[in-house]
Formats: sequence, structure tokens, C-alpha cells
Amino acid sequence: MLTREEVEHIAALARLELSAEETELYRRQLSAILEYAASLQELDTSEIAPTSSVLPPHGVLRPDEPRPGLSLDDVLRNAPRVDQKQFRVPPAIE
Amino acid sequence: MGNVCTLSAVELCQALRKGEVSSRALTRAYLERIDALEPKLQAFLTLTPDLALQQADLADQVLFEWRKDTARLLPPLTGLPIVIKDLLCQRGVRTTCGSRILENFIPPYSATAVQRLLDAGVVTLGKTNTDEFAMGSSTENSAYQITRNPWNLTRVPGGSSGGSAAAVASAMAPLALGTDTGGSVRQPAAFCGVTGLKPTYGRVPRYGLIAYGSSLDSVGVLARSAADAAMLFQHMAGYDPLDASAMDVPVPRYSLQDKRDMRGLRIGVPEQYFITGIQHEVEQAVRNAITAMQGLGAEVVEISLPHTKYALPVYYLIAPAEASANLARYDGVRFGLRVDDPNMTALTRKSRGAGFGPEVKRRIMLGTYALSAGYYDAYYGQAQKVRTLIKQDFEKAFEQVDVIAAPVTPSTAFKIGEHNEDPLAMYLEDVFTLPANLAGVPGLAFPVGFDGEGLPIGMQLMGRHFDEQTLLQAAHTYQLFTDWHTRRPEF
Repeated sequence: MLTREEVEHIAALARLELSAEETELYRRQLSAILEYAASLQELDTSEIAPTSSVLPPHGVLRPDEPRPGLSLDDVLRNAPRVDQKQFRVPPAIE
Repeated sequence: MGNVCTLSAVELCQALRKGEVSSRALTRAYLERIDALEPKLQAFLTLTPDLALQQADLADQVLFEWRKDTARLLPPLTGLPIVIKDLLCQRGVRTTCGSRILENFIPPYSATAVQRLLDAGVVTLGKTNTDEFAMGSSTENSAYQITRNPWNLTRVPGGSSGGSAAAVASAMAPLALGTDTGGSVRQPAAFCGVTGLKPTYGRVPRYGLIAYGSSLDSVGVLARSAADAAMLFQHMAGYDPLDASAMDVPVPRYSLQDKRDMRGLRIGVPEQYFITGIQHEVEQAVRNAITAMQGLGAEVVEISLPHTKYALPVYYLIAPAEASANLARYDGVRFGLRVDDPNMTALTRKSRGAGFGPEVKRRIMLGTYALSAGYYDAYYGQAQKVRTLIKQDFEKAFEQVDVIAAPVTPSTAFKIGEHNEDPLAMYLEDVFTLPANLAGVPGLAFPVGFDGEGLPIGMQLMGRHFDEQTLLQAAHTYQLFTDWHTRRPEF
């Protein structure tokens, strides 16, 4: 079973603000799901390589050439706050 | 022409070329049908009637010019209306992913799959409802509305491409785009009695598909038949320099023959997909369809996919892990919902807390946990290794057989609200669709019967990497002999 502190730690890592009710709900639900996932431990995988992609290895390099991107207006159109054609945020470094 | 909304997409393209119907008349007919049915079904998050009629008028001009000189090149789908799952970006059209966090997001570009279809001449009617960020199996996780199953309004349409499946089943559109990360095209196709193609991973570019699980996501098609699905799929597939996972593998011409036998096709039937707990009528209908294919000359082989039962825990570690990384981009800065705070971290935490719904938060939490220091090897690392075993199961099976036949879901469409309290019970709905995503193989779902309540039953064929052709041809031949796919709910 996950503890309340563990759930709060995960929420902090995930940058998610959770209410007290949500924290308790996810503590119970994540515990149940992780318990279910424990069945994977019964397999011996010491000789098995992990799969991160199902594709065969293939080259994805391209020439490093400039090409047109989105216009500044297009990029900023969805921003919640814009100031002097830049994203406006509160100070991130004290 | 009678009611144009009942014609197949292939027939509609022919009628448009011959001038038997104009794109404007066709588009209006669909928009009128949507007006009439949408209050009951709630399949759309955004409708774009003005854009659709503009596109239709342009298509009619192109068709008019082409008829004067048919030697000219005509974009192959000119004037054909389609609808798009609201997980795929369309330039200038609101794209929400079924989430409050993207309530006002207007993409500055179109997904490659969408752009290719626009270039092929389609008319876009609107964006369809989805579980938030495609996380769900019922479309109940949409932050906006609950889509109803056209066969029974108290039932879910499946998910996450539930809006697209409901729209095609109720003839509000002849074709729809969906996406499939763990079954999100095939499961709603089964629940709504339509044909749904999840292509090979890497066959259709993911550029502009808003990311959920990047090693699993694929763009697919919902249609009334395999022939219609093949026609749309033809124009979406192929290499894309904007997506490193869109493989540079030649796209064949998906031309389906009106072949009336299945001689030479070896169909594998995996024992692990016919388990206790499966609804009897589902098992019976799928077995009947396999017997029918045998009667057409196919060879049926019992096979084993021994690691099938691990697909569910593997998926529910890998997909949330990838989601937790992908959804980090919603930070309240560049796009999406923002809840202001003088502290930058608090701004991000509050924006995400307010913008994401319960299932998305659950999966972000689960994925963050599976990737966190101290748990990575036991959860995410182990899941990636078991994924290898699942993939190898398929590789071994395809040494023996050409396709694998199985049910799409353990049961027919469940009731709205039935799984509200228990996320794990909802996850179990995906037990037969997840393995194809983990192995990256294509899957095609199509109707093979109805249960005692009149709800559609689906079967899926899974195939080798990049061998969608064999799946489509097999389903097409089956559909030449059966009429399950032509049955429609009454409206």
C-alpha cells in the first residue's frame, strides 16, 4: 500500500496540485493497480532485453539545413500571457 | 439519388466523379443528419459547417473542371466528407483532446494524416469526442460530454475514439479518423458495429497527433466496411520527415479484390483469447466467423500467445510512463489553461490540477511513480522486458500463420456509468486489444454478429508488420458474404 506521503511526493514530481480527497483516492487506486502489476515480477527476465520501440533500427538523421518554421504570431496565438512578443511568466529564479 | 448518407464511401467517390451528386449537396445532407441526431448521440466536440461548405464548393469546382478534361489529375477523395477525432490537429480548428486544459487551443498546423487527406480533397465536418487525451475505453472520460452508443443510448460507444465510431455507425459521416494506443479504434468499432483499422506502428505518421504513449500511438480509420477503410488509409500511410517513427517503407496499392474465397490464408486462433469470463455470444459469433472463413478455404491453426495475460500490466505501466513525460508540456506557459500564481512552480501545479480530469491525473501519477528513482527497474524496466516477450509471441506465431483471429472485447458495449468507481475494471476492457499495440502489429476490427440485446459483436484480425493488405482483403472477402457490416441502428 502506498502511503499518503508517497502520493504527495509523486504529485510534487508530476507538478500536479491534488486536493486531500484526490490524494486519498489515488493512494487507494494506485495501490490496487500496482498490486495488479506485481504479477510481472513472476517472470524471469534476466536474459531479456527491454523493448523501447517495436521498429527495426533505422537511420533518422537528416541534413542540418535551415527550413521555415511557424511564424511568431502562430506560435504566440495560443499563449495564455504574451508580453512584447514573448511568453510572460512569473519570476522562475529568485 | 436516394438517401446519400447510406451509400458507402467508395460509392460516394464514384457518384461525385460522375456528377450524380455535388459535394455541397452531400455535405449538406450530412450536416442535416448531424443536426437531427447529434442532440441524442453527442458525438462531436466541434462542428465546422462553414468550413465544410467552403471545402465542398471548392471540391465541386475541381470536379467540374475535371469533368471537362478527365485526363487531368483529380485528387482521389475530392468532395468526400469525413470527421476527425479531436486528438488530431487541424490548422485553425479548435482541438481539445477532450480536455479542459486545451479548451481554447487552435492548432497552428495540421497533423500529417489530416493534411494528406485535405490534399486528397476531403471535406471536414468536425471534430469528434474522445476520452481525455485518449485515456479511456468508453468516451466517458471526456471533460465535455458523454457520447451514446447509436445501437442503445444507455450504452457507451467504447473509446477512446467513441465519437468517431458513433458518427460512422449512425451515418453522420461515411468515414472517420481515430487513434489507437491500446485499442481505441478497434474497441469502439466493435461496440458500434463498424470496421476499424489500427495500422502498424510507424505506418501512418504521428506528427500532429497529440501524444499520449509515443511508442504505442497510431492513427487509424473507422469505416462502414474494409473497402471504405482501405480507401482512406491509402492516403494517410507513408514516410514523413516530420516523424522519425514513420518508417520509410513503400506503401502498396491497397486494392481489394472481390475474391470469393480465402484459399491460401492461414488463420491462427490463440487459445489465450478465449478465456473464462468472455461473454458467450461474443465467443460464439467470433468462432462462427472463423468457421465461415474456413468454409471459404482458409486454413485454421490453433496457436499460443503465452504472454497475453501480461499485456495489461505491461501496458498500464508503459503507457502512463510515456504519458507522464508527454503531458509535462501542459505547464500553463505556451498554450492551454493557466491558473495564475506569483510562483512559477505553483502556477504549473495549479494549472495542471485544474486542467486535467481524474483519469489523466491517475495515469500521470502512475507513470511518474513507475519512472521514479527506486521503482524504475521494478516497474517500467520490467514492463519493457515483458513487452519483448509479448512481441516475440507474435513473431513466433507469424512464422506459422498469416493472420491471428480473436475477439476485440470480452463483452459487448457496457452501460454508461458501469465502471465509474473502479478504474481497474475499465482497464480490463482492453485485454484483447493491448497486445497488438505492444507488438506494433496492425489490427482490423469488424462486425461478426449481434448479442441478444441487439448490440454489435466485433472480431479482430491481427497481422504482420506493414501487412495491412492481408487483413483488409480477408475482411473484405468476409464482408462479400455477410451483411453484419451493412446493418445500421434505426434513427
